[in-house]
Amino acid sequence: MSTPALDTRAVAPRLATGRPPIPLARLVDVEVRKLVDTRASRWLLASVPLLTLVVVTGVTLWGRDAEVTFGMHTTTNMMPLELLLPLVAVLSVASEWSQRSALTTFALVPRRGRVVAAKAAALLVVTLAATLTVVVLSAIGTVAAAQVRGIEAVWDLPLDLGLRLAVANVLVVAFGFGVGVAIRSTAPAMVAYLGFMFVVPMISSVVAGLWTWWAENGAWWDLSWSASFVTAPEITGEQWAQVATSALLWIVVPTTLAVRRLLQVEIR
Amino acid sequence: MSGPRRVRSVTSMIRIDSLTQRYGDLAAVDDVSFTAFPGRVTGFLGPNGAGKSTTLRVLTGLARPTAGRATVLGHRYTDLPNPGLDVGVLLDASAQHGGRTGRETLALAQRTMGLPAIRVDEMLDLVGLTWAEGKRRVRDYSLGMRQRLGIATALMGDPRVLVLDEPANGLDPAGIRWMRDLLRGFADDGGTVLLSSHLLSEIEMVADDIVMIGRGRIVASGATAELLAGVGTLVRSDDGARLAAALTTAGFQATVRPDGAVATDADPADAGLVAFRAGLPVTELRSADGHGLEDMFLELTAADQREDSPARHAGLTDGASA
Repeated sequence: MSTPALDTRAVAPRLATGRPPIPLARLVDVEVRKLVDTRASRWLLASVPLLTLVVVTGVTLWGRDAEVTFGMHTTTNMMPLELLLPLVAVLSVASEWSQRSALTTFALVPRRGRVVAAKAAALLVVTLAATLTVVVLSAIGTVAAAQVRGIEAVWDLPLDLGLRLAVANVLVVAFGFGVGVAIRSTAPAMVAYLGFMFVVPMISSVVAGLWTWWAENGAWWDLSWSASFVTAPEITGEQWAQVATSALLWIVVPTTLAVRRLLQVEIR
Repeated sequence: MSGPRRVRSVTSMIRIDSLTQRYGDLAAVDDVSFTAFPGRVTGFLGPNGAGKSTTLRVLTGLARPTAGRATVLGHRYTDLPNPGLDVGVLLDASAQHGGRTGRETLALAQRTMGLPAIRVDEMLDLVGLTWAEGKRRVRDYSLGMRQRLGIATALMGDPRVLVLDEPANGLDPAGIRWMRDLLRGFADDGGTVLLSSHLLSEIEMVADDIVMIGRGRIVASGATAELLAGVGTLVRSDDGARLAAALTTAGFQATVRPDGAVATDADPADAGLVAFRAGLPVTELRSADGHGLEDMFLELTAADQREDSPARHAGLTDGASA
């Protein structure tokens, strides 16, 4: 232990408080890296272009000519993303507890709020990057499919729908993040998220069938319902408002409460 | 607490001040106070469940105390702007993401602290992990390798303070020796080391100061040498009762042990003189060293032992016999 650094210490004792704090950008960089540096997360993210490739190939070979358009490709290819990205979000928080790496994470950065903010920012970066990747791959697929079939490539994705696809992805990822923060354990958090994705819409539609008030007003409360408006060809102002209220109920309020809890809990 | 090498600097040590941590009715840590000084290794000794880990979690900002305060380098840990550069922390070597490689685990710490990438290789070298081992996933590491990886993370920021919870767990004898030398060197360079263990033998060999905790309360603390020396002399003669009486008359405390030997607080020279003046031939005369601390540890933690699980009991017996 006779490194130069130790000698420096002996000559001029460093002051603990005089240091610059860890910049948030550096924490975001670390959290992005954490999203892609384990086998589980790498497979999840790698499956996005792989699935896109499979879908594009399938549509090209067996689809009808009318289906081989940029808009169709993009919306179809977004579906696996919408399912997988929230799982990445759930894992990014829950695995810190299940793997107990939170012990090191929060010992290095005791201001937990900054870690939570960095995780959220990292997820936003990865979500937008993945969305853009799917759009680009869909464009390439559209050109390739048109070539193979000897037809004209059809560019029928309106810009506002393209942006709304991104918004929809951010919404589900935000929900997955909230589930991770609230449950902080990989398996139960995964179950809760998948339950929301599949069970809630089912219950909601059954209730809508029995109760006309819910059939008319359920979209104000049910996020899975209102989220489907976001990716529809057209969306009204009222539907945006329904997205807002249900997101408040399912994402903003629970995530806020869960983050406040996370800032207080003992890390074991 | 005094010693020739001790530097009383408020800003360069660990201070635990009337710390209490309650979980419901249970006081896991109950009014604990002690200080770890620079240039010294402080051993935090106690059976499992005595409150060591809870204290260390409060110290490193991972838990909020019910009452009291813990500071390191004169600050609360959570107020340190980049704590990895000041305090090296290893609370649980098994608490590392199994899906990451050892190298990646270190790279995350290196980036978080804002250190050059070369530190990763330097640290792998320092803790004796090979290049190939660094490429393996932590899931496939032995506990000993995880300890080394955890130590690498703790030392990476070149800190002045080390806080280690049971760092010897899972290390082989050579690894334990390596760890001991490393901590000794760190303290000799002026660093402050606080390490916890439930094994007395471990603490005894490396610690300059010992803080003993049982059921959340400090039961003994002081320089290791003083705690060892405090147990006096063992003197043996054919007539133990007369020898004890002679020592008592001379103003010392003396008790006859079941095996006939007399334990006294007189030093060996005085005990020998008393026996000589009383006309009692001495057959054995020595300092009651070494095992004194062990007796004390077992005695102080006896109440906890009885109620402990067999596993904890085994751990204690382990420590006492090693």
